[in-house]
Amino acid sequence: MSMSQKLVDRLRQEFGDAILAAGSYRGDETVTVGRDRLLDVLAHLRDAENCEQLSDIAGVDYPQRAGRFEINYLLRSVSKGHRLRVKVDAAEDEPVPTATGLWRSADWHEREVYDLLGVPFAGHPDLRRILCHHEFEGHALRKDYPIEQGQECSRPENLFSDEDIARAARRATAMSTTPSGHQDEVHPSDLLTVNIGPSHPAMHGALRAEMLLDGETILDARTEIGYIHRCFEKEAEDHTWAQVMPYTDRLNYCSAMLNNSIYAAAVEKLLGVEVTPRCQAIRVVVSELSRIIDHLVCVCANLVDIGALTNYWYLYNIRESLYESLEKLCGSRLTTNYARIGGLSHDLYPEFAAEVRSKLNDLVAATDDVMKLIARNRIFLDRTVGVGAISQADALSFGFTGPCLRATGLAWDLRKAAPYSGYEKYDFEIPTGTVGDTHDRIMVRMAEMVQSRSIVLQALEKMPDGPVNLDDRAITLPPKRNVYQSIEGVMNQFKLVYEGIQVPAGEAYGFGEGANGELGFFAVADGTGHPYRLKVRPPCFPIFSAYTFLIEGRMIPDAIAILGSLNIIAGELDR
Amino acid sequence: MAVDLENPSNYLTTRVRQAVNWGRKYSLWPLPFGVACCAIEFMSTVSSYNDISRFGAELVRFSPRQSDLMIIAGTISYKQAPILKTIYAQMAEPRWVIAMGACASSGGFYNNYSTLQGADRVIPVDMYVAGCPPTPENLLYALTQIQERVEREGLVPAAVRHAGRVQV
Ligand code: SF4
Repeated sequence: MSMSQKLVDRLRQEFGDAILAAGSYRGDETVTVGRDRLLDVLAHLRDAENCEQLSDIAGVDYPQRAGRFEINYLLRSVSKGHRLRVKVDAAEDEPVPTATGLWRSADWHEREVYDLLGVPFAGHPDLRRILCHHEFEGHALRKDYPIEQGQECSRPENLFSDEDIARAARRATAMSTTPSGHQDEVHPSDLLTVNIGPSHPAMHGALRAEMLLDGETILDARTEIGYIHRCFEKEAEDHTWAQVMPYTDRLNYCSAMLNNSIYAAAVEKLLGVEVTPRCQAIRVVVSELSRIIDHLVCVCANLVDIGALTNYWYLYNIRESLYESLEKLCGSRLTTNYARIGGLSHDLYPEFAAEVRSKLNDLVAATDDVMKLIARNRIFLDRTVGVGAISQADALSFGFTGPCLRATGLAWDLRKAAPYSGYEKYDFEIPTGTVGDTHDRIMVRMAEMVQSRSIVLQALEKMPDGPVNLDDRAITLPPKRNVYQSIEGVMNQFKLVYEGIQVPAGEAYGFGEGANGELGFFAVADGTGHPYRLKVRPPCFPIFSAYTFLIEGRMIPDAIAILGSLNIIAGELDR
Repeated sequence: MAVDLENPSNYLTTRVRQAVNWGRKYSLWPLPFGVACCAIEFMSTVSSYNDISRFGAELVRFSPRQSDLMIIAGTISYKQAPILKTIYAQMAEPRWVIAMGACASSGGFYNNYSTLQGADRVIPVDMYVAGCPPTPENLLYALTQIQERVEREGLVPAAVRHAGRVQV
């Protein structure tokens, strides 16, 4: 019996009839509870069962059901290693109690469900739209909202009202109290509102933050996202399972290979199949190369933002040369579209291993150069050490994963904690930081590149022979020879392309360690060739929700340094 | 321009307008309106390997008031559209616009409730670059095309070049 199954048994003992149903599918455990007991169950899971993280909240629309929506809470225990999905039914006019009091990550997840499905959350402190613009009408992910119905936006939203500014001024006045009781009165007009983004380069193109400044100190900040909301989830419902693959490239476009592989694995989980050993090893190789590229971009952009331009040239060149190999492999530099459900688009080319080995030597030279420039550089240290630190408990509550969580000193990595694609066969370490500040986040990424390099070299060394695709005609395309020479082959290809892979009805959460942390796909299949619902759990969504928390009380230059180190990729943030 | 071949170092004859346009051509200051994946390829274009400074356009300005070539790199959503309009309006004439990639040109493979079907729905575009994302070479080619136009057309403001085409 798995840890998660035991957890379900304990829940049944504790809550009895309040657990309306429990189920297990493809290794995922679920329990269904009523809305009235939802918070009790969630609180129990957090406090007594160590579910420190609310990974995601995924709403699904079933227009024909009485309680139209089903809300899934994806919980995970980092210390115990179990996970559980808690389901609750909801309707448009029957609010679900908010979980914001339990996990800080619930704030944005609930806003998203509200925005896209229109499910209200009772008691949520700030229930506004998050991805669609403020003038949008209707709820885009409902099954009856037509995918192509665009709505124009006339102007950006004001993030601070006069009331907010007055409140911040009162707070600043209160904070200025000296031990002798003297207060410096701060008037609302003393405060300066500074808007950064979304087209500001330091905001990486598509993020917006408005900050209230008292002198140079950030008193309060608000962020707005959704500027490149490209409707991944709605597009997925409109395409076949296989056609979704190129859309995954554009989630985290710095590491498309990781998205490809994790998405393919999520669908394979639903299908109940496992890919060939060679396919697994190749996915590991390209994923780790992608991770290296992602970290290179993140670190070099972060360093440019704090004024260290030279490092950008050093790091970007190696990335450019790795791109050449990827381009040779799959025809495109960024948008790789390489994995397939049940395998890969094609095998490696013959010189791939030799080329990558030599390029990875250049990587060592480049990272060494950069370390020499920054490791004891006074300006760099002043700008990063102690800046934007976050405690482990806060990071967990905010839903941090990946390098940002490891920077707080917690060695949590899904490649070790829940190995997939054969990661258990490789020997590597999990670099961690100590205090979770900007410096730690940069250093963890630098160290992870070394580990990824070692994984790539090991995987190339041990690369198994054999096919890269499953020999299952219901999943992978037939060999071209069959298509051209036999009617069965033509029909097979035709049905797979036009109707899509028929994924049996059911739902499962497939996940892996993306470059920024846990990248997950919660997929609901209804037995057809199209996903019924595909919810992405992008690692930077919860991380960016902590941004205002990290920058309050600091100055604008710190805010820029912190943002770079969080590595927010708008494509995956807004989807 | 004509050069006195007998005595080459002495003088050359040209028209002021030609000389100015020739200079302007090699000193375009780009403003990257980088919002999505294409912006990453824009970064590659300015980095040392592809080196946009070979074409005199390395002075990337992030203030629209200081730049004359906007490169729209990425998907423009309805939410982003008013911002794009504002930024474009802040650029001084004469100004040029490159729509880099499928999304900026036409919405790309995002035909949905959030994506504007091409940046030219809100601002006039001079050059469209195919690709998803275009390679750095593609973008550089578009830049040289703009340069040719700058040399040919000179100081014609966008408002005149695009008169009657798009309402801004
Ligand atoms: S054209 Fe392609 S690469 Fe460029 S922003 Fe659009 S989806 Fe991304």
